Amino acid sequence: MRGWASSATGLACVAVLALLLELAVAAELIAGYVVAPPSAMLAALVTVVAEEPVLEDFCLTFGATLLSTLLAVLVGVPLGYLLHRRKLLGRAYESWIGALFSAPLVLLYPIFLVVFGRSIRVVIAMGFVVAVVPIILKTREGLAAVRPVLVNVARAFNASEAAVTTKVLLPAARPTIFTGVRLGLIYAMTNIVGIEFLANLSGLGFLVGELYDRYDIPGMYAAIVCLILTSALFYALTGRLERWVGAR
Amino acid sequence: MTGRSERHAVLAVRLATVLALWGAWELLARSGLLYEGVVPSSLRVAAALAAELGDPLFYRDALWTAYEIVAGFALGTLAGVAAGIALGARRFAAAAAGPYIHGLASTPKIVFLPIVMLLCGVGAGSKIGMAALSAFFPVVIAAIAGMAEVDAVLVRVARSFNASASDLVRKVYLPSLVVPVTSGMRLGLGVATIGVLLAEIKFSDRGLGHRAIQHYQFFRVADMYAVLLATFALAVAANALMGRLARRR
Repeated sequence: MRGWASSATGLACVAVLALLLELAVAAELIAGYVVAPPSAMLAALVTVVAEEPVLEDFCLTFGATLLSTLLAVLVGVPLGYLLHRRKLLGRAYESWIGALFSAPLVLLYPIFLVVFGRSIRVVIAMGFVVAVVPIILKTREGLAAVRPVLVNVARAFNASEAAVTTKVLLPAARPTIFTGVRLGLIYAMTNIVGIEFLANLSGLGFLVGELYDRYDIPGMYAAIVCLILTSALFYALTGRLERWVGAR
Repeated sequence: MTGRSERHAVLAVRLATVLALWGAWELLARSGLLYEGVVPSSLRVAAALAAELGDPLFYRDALWTAYEIVAGFALGTLAGVAAGIALGARRFAAAAAGPYIHGLASTPKIVFLPIVMLLCGVGAGSKIGMAALSAFFPVVIAAIAGMAEVDAVLVRVARSFNASASDLVRKVYLPSLVVPVTSGMRLGLGVATIGVLLAEIKFSDRGLGHRAIQHYQFFRVADMYAVLLATFALAVAANALMGRLARRR
């Protein structure tokens, strides 16, 4: 009941804000070429969806996000496992990988453009580079937090190393690893949209930039709203998936 | 397993890795596997780095970028803490605003750049705006989460002593928010840095992002690597400093 009331209040606040914005633009308190009034935005949403390849751009951006994160999982989980098993490597590299977190890796995109050419491969490579960092760190963190008693019991029953890994360590660390995967997905998407926007590659980020360059302000606002809605949906879905993985 | 021999081993692994990466880079540079110039010899990068560090314009750009980051980060942090206290003080408000804040927080901030440029112009204002917008979300999320952890007894005691709203904020809320907000600020500084650099790449006439992309456009790749290396080093150092501040608390 409470949850219902709070989401209704949230929606009402957004509606009131939209109305105020509409009035402010109509009264020329805010210039219409800076902020598109919500009514024009809604009208533009229809034309943008009808005239621009929105669905195709959406598929490109999200396909690239998923693919680069999948690659990051395939590389990052084994690397995290290696850092856990070889304590020396773990101690030597962990702070370096942590530092990569804070380095603005997105700046590498010009190099990737030259190496891979202007293609979807640049986008996937850039998504991969940022997604792999949290996946490695969270895999190692999850494996380190597995209760030793679980491993000892498995060893006591003469389980092989492979069985200990697949039947005990990985399942126990799964929720933490998935947290890393979720972070990786969001980082990859952020980076991918950024490169699409900056380098005028295809995808949702490109669409926003192109509408701005054409000075179609209501259309640009509509495209931005589309992007906000899809990333919010993405966030909510992966959050639900994370709870589901954690609960099993 | 003494600490000392282990430290030596860690050091040895790191040294070996640096040497191996360096060797691989040089091999790649000399093999001609990639287009000419994409992977310049490390000697040329080192020479370019020395040239950059000797160029007064490099420091002008670095200071400019630092100014934009710090100004925007401070604005975003202040707004995030204020909004976090306002929303977090009422469970209902926090629940109502939560989905919108989390939804916007996960949106790539770069798409707001056109709006920010329309609102704040194409100069330093838009970069500061991007940094503020980027830093706001991690801070406000941390502040709301921190407000949920504030001991209800403290609030009730303060209220029963007739504490005013500003007393409540200064003497109860702010002290209990220090720890969660500093960790939010650490994330915020990172995203504010990225916001400023990307905005400089898209449209600017100075700053480190502009400098790097300028080198790229004239295909001075070694110089671009030099600027990128310096930028990464500065970003990592700033983050380490924030981390140290956060741990000191």
